[in-house]
Amino acid sequence: MSTTTAPPPEAAPPEHSGGGNDDHGHGHDHGHDPFLAHHFGSAKQQFDAGKFGMWLFLVTEILFFSGLFCAYAVYRSTHPEAFANADQYLDPMLGAANTAVLIFSSLTMAWAVRAAQLGQQQLLVRLLTITLSCASIFLGVKAVEYSHKWDLGILWSSMFNPQLHAHHSPALLVMSIPAMLAVVATAILFGLGKSKQKPVQAKFWGCLLITSLSYFGGVGLGLTVPVIEGMITGETAVEVAEHAAATEHAAVEHAAAENAAVKHAADHTADGAATTAATAGSVEAAAAEQVAIDMTYTGIFFSIYFVMTGLHGIHILAGMGVIAWLLYRSLLGHFGPRYFGPVDFVGLYWHLVDLIWIYLFPLLYLIG
Amino acid sequence: MDSHDSHEIAHVMPLKVLFSIFGLLIFFTILTVAIAQLHLGRWEIIISMLIATTKASLVAIYFMHLRYDNPFNAMVFVFSLVFVALFLGFTLVDVEQYQPDLIPVQDPIATGS
Repeated sequence: MSTTTAPPPEAAPPEHSGGGNDDHGHGHDHGHDPFLAHHFGSAKQQFDAGKFGMWLFLVTEILFFSGLFCAYAVYRSTHPEAFANADQYLDPMLGAANTAVLIFSSLTMAWAVRAAQLGQQQLLVRLLTITLSCASIFLGVKAVEYSHKWDLGILWSSMFNPQLHAHHSPALLVMSIPAMLAVVATAILFGLGKSKQKPVQAKFWGCLLITSLSYFGGVGLGLTVPVIEGMITGETAVEVAEHAAATEHAAVEHAAAENAAVKHAADHTADGAATTAATAGSVEAAAAEQVAIDMTYTGIFFSIYFVMTGLHGIHILAGMGVIAWLLYRSLLGHFGPRYFGPVDFVGLYWHLVDLIWIYLFPLLYLIG
Repeated sequence: MDSHDSHEIAHVMPLKVLFSIFGLLIFFTILTVAIAQLHLGRWEIIISMLIATTKASLVAIYFMHLRYDNPFNAMVFVFSLVFVALFLGFTLVDVEQYQPDLIPVQDPIATGS
């Protein structure tokens, strides 16, 4: 696109102007900007346009999530008891650990943008890998939480049926299958890249191998946090194994009692008219009915919980996809002081995902 | 020359700022967990939402560069929050309006028992 009439780059140092569309810059920097699209006047104009587009997308994301926050707010205003009841089934320490992991990944992402701006290629690759690994760790902790809820029957609406003891199902194993496949696939591709002397491919799959392995680090973190919690609350190592069951015991006992009461209520209605309600009996039935309603309400809280955290998790996965794309391009050396838009825009998206979690964490885990 | 160019396209965030913001975010996370242990009743949601909003503002202003950005982007962002507030506000007002008129459901099948 460079024209013969354009002055050489050094001859006319561009003035520092705030506006994106200075005609002065047109032409003179096309020669060494392979990623400057022809319809943009300058690298700055392209960057500003891209950034504005990204912000518009983020606005749609905020409004999209606000539907779920609205569901939360409405349900909380009409059934606060469901939220108080649900509090006992969620471990705030796991949520806090995940918050810290996400905040750290936000830091490395913001730092990656800086590295791209300053042309620090190697640092950029490392920071993107760390960001990806943090996302993996987050998903690992989440998998521990979800599988534990599955084992305890803490599920959505009518599936909400809390058990006294977690039965050992392969839920965590099943949830980890994609990560295991990712480890195998990235390891094979890494090996192929190495053997075929393709350094970029080898590095790319190597970084993704680290990312896939980090998931298991996250699983480990999710499993050890409750143990550490037990230690802090003053339990010996022997008791630690039983700790998780112990803390849930009180909670689940209550739920189990509810369960029995529900069954009782069902029997009660079955022989319905025949029972000429003794006053004690009808009071019991009323209490059982109340408990059944509480169960339904708590189940609906968990519907909200699973949809909100699940949708957030899908956003994490999508973010990992685009960061992997950035990683590949940064290995090709595409990003530098003149062209770092994609890193910045993906960074914005990543920070928004973090920002939503900053609200989800207290709303779901802390406020009872 | 090169690093000067990137300054011209967008502001480069100093590392000191990035690490300070990270420290503050971790501090507020610990604070909000600690406050949740106190069981402050109806103040709980107000305090934890204030802390969450402080954290979100730090992320938006520094990690998302809004402070050094074209103010139009910040305006678009803030307007989206205004619309979220309208959405939630109107919905909650509406829900409160008809709550007293709801007829409780007695049917055990409908209540999920």
